[in-house]
Amino acid sequence: MRMKRTWRAALSAFGWRHEGAANAALLGLPGIWFAALYLAAIGALLITAFWTVDDMSGDLIPGFSFVNFAQLASDPIYRIIAVRTIFIASMVTLTDAVLAWPFAYAMVRLAGPKLRAVLMALVLVPLWSSYLARVYAWRLILAHNGVLNWGLSAIGLPDVHIGYSNWAMWIVFSYLWLPFMILPLAAAVERIPPSLLEASADLGERGMGTFVRVILPMALPGMVAGAIFTFSLTLGDFVTPLLVGGTGSDFIGNVVYANVGVTNNIPFAAAYATLPLGVMAVFLLLARKLGAFDAL
Amino acid sequence: MKTGFKRQLARLVLGLSASLPVAQGAAAVQPLSMIGQGEGTLNVVAWEGYAQDDWVKPFEAATGCMVHAKYAGSSDEMVALMRSGGGGQYDVVSASGDATLRLIFGHNVQPINMALIPAWKNFIPQLQSPDFNTVGGVHYGVSYEWGPNTLLYNTKTFSTAPASWSVIYDPKYAGQVTVPDNPIQIADAALYLSKAQPALGITDPYELNQTQMDAVAALLKAQAKLIKKYWALASDEIQLFTSGDAVVGAAWPYQTNTLQAANVPVADTIPAEGATGWADTWMISSKAPHPNCAYMWINWVTTPKVQAQQAIYFGETPANTLACKEMDAQQPGACAQYHGDAPAAYFNQIKFWKTPRTQCGNGKDDCLDYAAWQREWQSIKG
Repeated sequence: MRMKRTWRAALSAFGWRHEGAANAALLGLPGIWFAALYLAAIGALLITAFWTVDDMSGDLIPGFSFVNFAQLASDPIYRIIAVRTIFIASMVTLTDAVLAWPFAYAMVRLAGPKLRAVLMALVLVPLWSSYLARVYAWRLILAHNGVLNWGLSAIGLPDVHIGYSNWAMWIVFSYLWLPFMILPLAAAVERIPPSLLEASADLGERGMGTFVRVILPMALPGMVAGAIFTFSLTLGDFVTPLLVGGTGSDFIGNVVYANVGVTNNIPFAAAYATLPLGVMAVFLLLARKLGAFDAL
Repeated sequence: MKTGFKRQLARLVLGLSASLPVAQGAAAVQPLSMIGQGEGTLNVVAWEGYAQDDWVKPFEAATGCMVHAKYAGSSDEMVALMRSGGGGQYDVVSASGDATLRLIFGHNVQPINMALIPAWKNFIPQLQSPDFNTVGGVHYGVSYEWGPNTLLYNTKTFSTAPASWSVIYDPKYAGQVTVPDNPIQIADAALYLSKAQPALGITDPYELNQTQMDAVAALLKAQAKLIKKYWALASDEIQLFTSGDAVVGAAWPYQTNTLQAANVPVADTIPAEGATGWADTWMISSKAPHPNCAYMWINWVTTPKVQAQQAIYFGETPANTLACKEMDAQQPGACAQYHGDAPAAYFNQIKFWKTPRTQCGNGKDDCLDYAAWQREWQSIKG
């Protein structure tokens, strides 16, 4: 027992005197994890994108060829799919940003402690149920004879046919990722000192002026942090397009999935998968400019 | 030390190059001349539902070959599994017709000695030497069970069965059509065009040159505007018909059975142009570690009893003609329900799935391969 304590004390003292060694010990395991699994996977992806596949035997042919990229550039469908994916991801992000504001503001500024706990639970509880169950639920809501049309006809409105369409994807994605926007936004709004709002009022700004000139700029990093989640989660998804999409609803992920699982053309899939990597790199650089990383 | 390493390296390289001819020799492996003692183990790659306890347990008890089944979800996954780890991990695979040629030309499967498969002579003639598992007169597999891709329709919309596949290309049903999300679906449109536009000269829906493919793609791109949803899973299509979102589409008999059991007003038919379909084949790996057990397995699952069990469980048709009586014994009316007693004309209507290749059957080399089909399919569905 005594021996052990001495050993621990010596280790602790060593760590205190050599800060670098202590940090290295703490960062080592996650660092190895990051390098071995994450960076190695991306490296393998980038290398495979230049390989080809033998038509007959299906074997991978290592090498350095731009044939996959040439194919991607020559057929307009891959541009259409990329633009569709990025456009819907942007629309979902905007929608969630708009929807999250009143909720986040009411939760941290207006609600009492009890109501606040209830609102927080409302945001988090859907995350406890399966993603697939929630997407399937939406499929039933939006279907031809679903709850939506049933409700519309009950109040005398004509049916809408948005099941299995890009509209359906937009609604379902916006629903799925809303909590990921609300949480960082609420945290950012909460961090604004109430004294600033009072100062704004004292200086003659009304509610809207205070919101536009004080709250919005100060909460912007939180909103951009949320946008990183909503944008990247939509950009990489292929299950929601598969389940609630209709015709002309494929995402980049669906093309990758089909080339890996159906045609066994992994190099082509890898070449296409480099595109979202680039898009996210640009997005993250912009987000950093807007201070999102300080708000995470 | 250094020279020792070099010598070892040289030995390694020599050893590797020496083993190459052996590997190639395995591709031209001779079929078994007789079934010997079982090896005690059998590693199976199969469709889900193809290795059920109902017939696996009695097989294990009778032969001592313990079955280890690995289920695959697609033809391409099956091909990948049979090629994994150099190809010696699995003994047998239940490959569909669009995977069989890839396995044969990839030298992943070995020739079969049909003299050792007694049930084979009772197969319907069309499945004894079909061109998707028999190449140049050499059998690379034993046919198992088959089924057609049918035209499924809502009986409230169609009072009589549609006589032509044209209904799934008809703007009258815009927004109410569903077809599978699968490149092999191009063959369905090609089959329809082979009759609707004979001038295109399509003789085999799996052998399309660029001109023919352009015509087929134009039809399918027009159809895309009518499609409610391309279904990925059978359950998708069942839901589309149950909710009324779709009233007509391409399907498997399984969907019809499930929907009818749930009292959804649907029926299926094979229109005048005929239909595409799937026919599965048991194949043995060219490097099968347990070839005797593999032959015993194929003989077991081609017996009338197991053929009938499989047909009723999966909703498909057995290759063995003697299975009909067994099916009715196991479930009255099952033989007729799953077409076990259908005349040869029914089978001949079906154009079975096979792998599209650059070599056309007519000796030309201008046909499009499966990778081209996949790209075309992507631009059709958008």
